Amino acid sequence: MTLVRTKFTVRAEMKMGESSERMNTATRRWKLYDTRLAWALVAPAVLLLFFLLILPILMMAVYTFFTFVTAGVESATLTLANWQEFFTDSYYHGFLLKTARIGATTAFICAVVGYFPAYFIWATNFKHKWLLLLLLIVPFWISFIIRTFSWINILGQQGVINVTLLKLGIISEPLPMLYTEGAVVMGLIHFLLPYMILNVYVSLESIDRTLIDAARSMGCTNAQAFREVTLPLSLPGLGAGLLLCFVLAAGSYVTPQLLGGSRDALFGNLIYDTIMGQLNWPMGATLSIVLFVLLGLVAAAYSRYVGLSQIVKGLSA
Amino acid sequence: MTGASVAAREGRWAWRFTGFMTVCVYIFMFAPIVATVILSFNDSMFGGFPMTGVSLRWYAKLMTNEPVLAAFKTSLWIALVTAAVSTLVGVIAAVALVRFDFRGKQTISTLVLLPALVPETILGVGLLVLIQAVHQPRTLWLLLLGHILLTLPYVVLIVQARLVGVRRSYEEAALSLGAPRISTFREITLPLLIPAVMASILLAFTISFDNTSASLFWRPAGVETMPTQILAMLKISISPEINALGTIMILVTVGVPLVGGAILQGVSHFRKRSNKKGNQP
Repeated sequence: MTLVRTKFTVRAEMKMGESSERMNTATRRWKLYDTRLAWALVAPAVLLLFFLLILPILMMAVYTFFTFVTAGVESATLTLANWQEFFTDSYYHGFLLKTARIGATTAFICAVVGYFPAYFIWATNFKHKWLLLLLLIVPFWISFIIRTFSWINILGQQGVINVTLLKLGIISEPLPMLYTEGAVVMGLIHFLLPYMILNVYVSLESIDRTLIDAARSMGCTNAQAFREVTLPLSLPGLGAGLLLCFVLAAGSYVTPQLLGGSRDALFGNLIYDTIMGQLNWPMGATLSIVLFVLLGLVAAAYSRYVGLSQIVKGLSA
Repeated sequence: MTGASVAAREGRWAWRFTGFMTVCVYIFMFAPIVATVILSFNDSMFGGFPMTGVSLRWYAKLMTNEPVLAAFKTSLWIALVTAAVSTLVGVIAAVALVRFDFRGKQTISTLVLLPALVPETILGVGLLVLIQAVHQPRTLWLLLLGHILLTLPYVVLIVQARLVGVRRSYEEAALSLGAPRISTFREITLPLLIPAVMASILLAFTISFDNTSASLFWRPAGVETMPTQILAMLKISISPEINALGTIMILVTVGVPLVGGAILQGVSHFRKRSNKKGNQP
């Protein structure tokens, strides 16, 4: 019998003597942690990822070289026309720059504003800390689209702010706040803040608190201890939050659609219109690949310095 | 005044400022939602302030809105099937990724996370281009498969995190006593994973029920899911009816996990107590 003996089976055999015969039957053909079994277990997930993620992205890459004939029709004649159009037409560059600008602004504000609650939850002696954390997770359960359109009730002509200011006589005309770039950024911040706060919080939580006590006992003031110990040690979480916020903001489509005007469309809206409106599949694929590659580069540059494992921590928090 | 007390006072102000900012952030997070819930009871024809009276008429109107009911049904089915399939696939994949060592494990671990990191717009276009390339029509299957893809990373992450904390000696003990692998999994591993499995089901359900961007690409012509239906209604204007719909959805998506979590806690609490009682002589 060609049973591969693992350390475990040997130990078990020694312990169990006569009953080892029965166990050998159980483990015949398969090692305890057999590689073939592992592959069988991950196979469904891998197949799913291959057919729904990898193959589509490869197909998109191929489609960028296809020729657009007319709405909804393309031919497999290979051409560089889509790429040429993308690289020469400043229309696309404008969208790209605006998307990068809005993504960066959103991520930056999220970092500055989000650090306070993360720090507060970490440092507070409040007995019901779990409640504060739960309240950060609740937004994830509330439909994203509801969270987004609810801003219309705040910023709109008949929203809370305008109605209040009109009643108080501070303004005579409703302020145009909705359908502006500011509204888009605000909607994105509202959507992304919990990601940022949770990432920073997880990072803070992993700090050895005795380090801060040590700094204090060496004569650091609270501010110095924060600047020299706490802040640097929480940077990985801050970085992960920045990356996540930037990527998600830059890829957003619904927020600009709902809260922005026609001039506030982002790259995601451009892709949607190209595919679903003009039915120009090759150009839509080109734009998607551009976004994919650019965001991939940002993530790669980031993982070089920090490592993606931080994101995983944040996502599973 | 001594330097130390100045520093202490500065620290106190910094701490107060932190607390103030925290309160502001929480208000910022929830004010729009509260406004929406309040406005859903507005008697006025128009969505917005001021309130002209309190009424439930928009809820009643919603119950007779055929497109909304149809969209709700579609979303519910897709979310239920997604939660079931995604959890099944995710749990066995997580077991393999945590318990086994094999070549390519690291690659697969990273690959599994990608659907959570790649923007939905790109995932949406990709799958659509693939369908277009093989000349297949968009069907509900596409939407379903897409949702399974979107939820898989979260299931794997949750189950992995839990499984790392479960010592493998329990499973090895069962195997060494001659239990087949399937029964070992069913009798030992799965019960220990139940909290993670429940959390996965709930999260996958919520993510699927809530998905907007990718669903806009994947849904078959003429089919609306709940979020895309809301988006279509918003194209006209914001009405109290949408606020009512939003309020109901908040109740469902926040209520289900909270009640589910409470039940789970209650069950484990009850079990612990009855175990203790059973152990007493």
